[in-house]
Amino acid sequence: MEFSALPFIIHIFILAITPPFFLGIIAKTKAFFAGRKGPPLLQVYYDLIKLFRKGAVYSKTASPLLKVAPVIIVATTFVAGLLLPITGKAPFHFEGDLILFAYLLALARFAIILAALDVGSSFEGMGASREATFGAFSELAFFLGLVVLAVTTNALSLNAIFQWESVHPTLKPVFLLLFFSFFLILLTENSRIPIDDPNTHLELTMIHEVMVLDYSGPDLGLILYSASMKLFLFMALTTSLLWPQPMEWEWISIGTLFLKIAGMAVAIGIVESANARLRLIKIPQFLIANFVVTVFALLVTVFNKGT
Amino acid sequence: MIFLISSFLFLLIGSLLSFLCRCEETKKWMALGGVMVGSVTGLIPAVFVLAGKGPLSSSLPIGLDLLSAFFLIAILFVSLLTALYSWGYLKGEPHMTVYCTFFPLLVGAMEAVVVARDGFLFLICWEVMSLASFFLVTAEHETPKVRHAGWIYLIATHLATAFLMAFFVILFKKAGSFAFDDFVRLSPLSASLSGILFLAALIGFGTKAGIFPFHVWLPHAHPAAPSPISALMSGVMIKTGIYGILRAFTFLGPPPLWWGETLIVAGIFSAVLGVLYALMQHDLKRLLAYHSVENIGIIVIGIGLGFIGRTLHNPILQLLGFTGALFHVWNHAIFKGLLFLGAGSVVHATHTRAIDRLGGLLKKMPVTGTTFLIASAAICGLPPLNGFISEWLIYVGLFRASQSLSQLPLFLSVAGVVGIAFAGGLAIACFTKVFGVVFLGEPRDPTIDGVKESSLSMRVPMGILALLCIGLGLYPQFVLPVLISICQQLDPSLLLTSALNETFSSLSTISIIFVMLLILIASLLIFCRFQLKSKIIRKALTWDCGYALPSSRMQYTAASFGEPIGTFFRVLLKPITSSRADHFEEHVVDLSERSFFAPLFQRANRFLTFVRRQQRNRIQDYLMYIFMTLVILLLWEVWFGI
Repeated sequence: MEFSALPFIIHIFILAITPPFFLGIIAKTKAFFAGRKGPPLLQVYYDLIKLFRKGAVYSKTASPLLKVAPVIIVATTFVAGLLLPITGKAPFHFEGDLILFAYLLALARFAIILAALDVGSSFEGMGASREATFGAFSELAFFLGLVVLAVTTNALSLNAIFQWESVHPTLKPVFLLLFFSFFLILLTENSRIPIDDPNTHLELTMIHEVMVLDYSGPDLGLILYSASMKLFLFMALTTSLLWPQPMEWEWISIGTLFLKIAGMAVAIGIVESANARLRLIKIPQFLIANFVVTVFALLVTVFNKGT
Repeated sequence: MIFLISSFLFLLIGSLLSFLCRCEETKKWMALGGVMVGSVTGLIPAVFVLAGKGPLSSSLPIGLDLLSAFFLIAILFVSLLTALYSWGYLKGEPHMTVYCTFFPLLVGAMEAVVVARDGFLFLICWEVMSLASFFLVTAEHETPKVRHAGWIYLIATHLATAFLMAFFVILFKKAGSFAFDDFVRLSPLSASLSGILFLAALIGFGTKAGIFPFHVWLPHAHPAAPSPISALMSGVMIKTGIYGILRAFTFLGPPPLWWGETLIVAGIFSAVLGVLYALMQHDLKRLLAYHSVENIGIIVIGIGLGFIGRTLHNPILQLLGFTGALFHVWNHAIFKGLLFLGAGSVVHATHTRAIDRLGGLLKKMPVTGTTFLIASAAICGLPPLNGFISEWLIYVGLFRASQSLSQLPLFLSVAGVVGIAFAGGLAIACFTKVFGVVFLGEPRDPTIDGVKESSLSMRVPMGILALLCIGLGLYPQFVLPVLISICQQLDPSLLLTSALNETFSSLSTISIIFVMLLILIASLLIFCRFQLKSKIIRKALTWDCGYALPSSRMQYTAASFGEPIGTFFRVLLKPITSSRADHFEEHVVDLSERSFFAPLFQRANRFLTFVRRQQRNRIQDYLMYIFMTLVILLLWEVWFGI
């Protein structure tokens, strides 16, 4: 594995520092559509700093697992981020790393579901149950999407998949379909409208937010931080479908990265402003519909390959 | 070879002496000591063979090649730890005689099955294994449920043995002897004959392994058996079925494409349906039994992929499929053994298997809880544990297959990826449910109190298995050369390509990433502790949205946790629900039991009523039947000379 220090450091730096900023862009977009001024762009950073300076309240029911879970979630999301190319090559890449990427995110889900069940609250149990169910369905579409990508690009590493060496993908039907599918997976995995509403005030209808009801202080900060990082990863992955990374690392690729992810954040903001949340019972159907779109992308790929 | 034979002797002597002894304590010493000494002496030659000292053979119809040694290590290692665990488990248990007599016998029979080099000997050992496990399943025979389970197991295993008898008799007729070496020399067989043999082996061995739809006995028998026996049966006994399929593959010559395809389809169905049914269970051990169906499905997908790779002369698929499947055999033995031992500790401490009555056990049983958590993560295939590595190998194989194949194999490999991924997602749902409801939160049933951590001899085996889960996850390179040489033994024409090196060098990168992940977690934990040191930390009630008097009965239960998936799949699962304002219950009946075996046996029952009318339960009648059958067979042999 060839290794150069500067892109590696910049990759880590971008991954660790910038994600909360894009939550700010989404909030601004939503505020714009609602005719409000909205919070400052850096609001999430202020929130994080505030949370890290606080003490903590733990439930009497909780076991040590409650304290370990946020750390596991942050660590796995961060390591998953090291596998994804965002500006040039990914720091770690090897044959089959796309499976590790998906399973690292699954480990984060495993941890947060257990943390929710740890405190013995019925609300959090409800959220955990929903997260587990919808997670299984979105994993279905996500893996099929990965297969389609692997078949189309004939590669088994995220690095090679998102740096098309021979064909430029933009506006190929397969990639448009996959973009659509991955966008919906992004909304599901990061609990955005229409799957889940990050700003809802009714615990009965929440998924992600209700699972972290019993977190406070630095632990809550870690969870918020990891959620923003996960959203960042999915936005980078989805936008790379239409606008792939350059083969070699250049300074300009940092600029293009921010541009495309900011664009994605605005798109999410628009979708959130224009839609209402789905009824919970409809969500599996929505996810299966998404799966069907991916199947369609697979068929397109296979027919293209045959001719 | 002398070690192997003395290992059998130790096991048999242990079984016999514990049967003859009267004192309970001596019984225990004889049986468990026999198993331990026997396992250790048996492990020695197996380790030597795997280390590359060459296969063992002798004048007796037994032998030890790489494939046998690989399975033998899993069998004896889990048996050794189970014996150690039983030391603590058997304190105050009734049914000592049955347990102590048949436990060493079962271990010995499993050992004999994998080293037998003769069809006849194989069938006898297979039968001893089935019967010994039958008696162990029915150890607690006072309860009608256990008797029912034993009955189902007995019928299932004998139907399977009937297919195996057909398999070996046909081969015997062709080869003129029962020796495995002569079977191997037979190939190539005609296409139709080898097809029939393949199906017979698939049904016969598949029933033991628990492939859908022949898995019906598993969810009945595993919960009925005492927990260490469940660990032994689910961890290693069902693997003898996998061993059988792989061994039969060496007799039948080059496989046509449809064998691999059949295996992949069977594997996908086992994996997805196994975990779906697991999610709907309320009985801890029954749930784990269904998860064995899922994992056997994943192993069978790997084997199917290997078959397809062999047919299409694609060595990389063959290697990835077989290595993944074989590695998963070991891994499943480790984490499923651990899960059943953990479940055994829970049942031992609380005297209930109903998940919905438990809760909050992690604080009372920290060792059991932590090891159970590690095994749960491993069985879901989560990094950085061993389950991930074997699933990763199979995944990479399927991804490569979808890139390089076309038509039906392409479709099947994509379906395989999606199937394993969906099963993995549901497994996460299932094990967060089990661990969350049993070990986290508050006890749901206040009548269960005085729960204590299990004794040292029960904790040590669980700890060893949990360490193995982590160790094999971080350093799988330790096992890989062995797996590759087994693949070469299965198909001597197999070529190792450079693409293989590339794939396996990925594994070392994975190890680096895993170590990095662990270091990151550890350093963040230290940092957080440091951060919180000067801050105020309070303990409070769980926040229940303003409600001031939460009780433990308000917690989410396992039934409610699995309900969304159950509702989504209600067409398939057909759950039977009964709900009142304050009460909700949901049960599912197995699909293959409901729509395949139940109608089959009803028909058979109706058809055979006229036979039953003749029955007068006199021994003379039965002797006459036996005599008449023998005469008819003799005449048949004379006239047709088959």
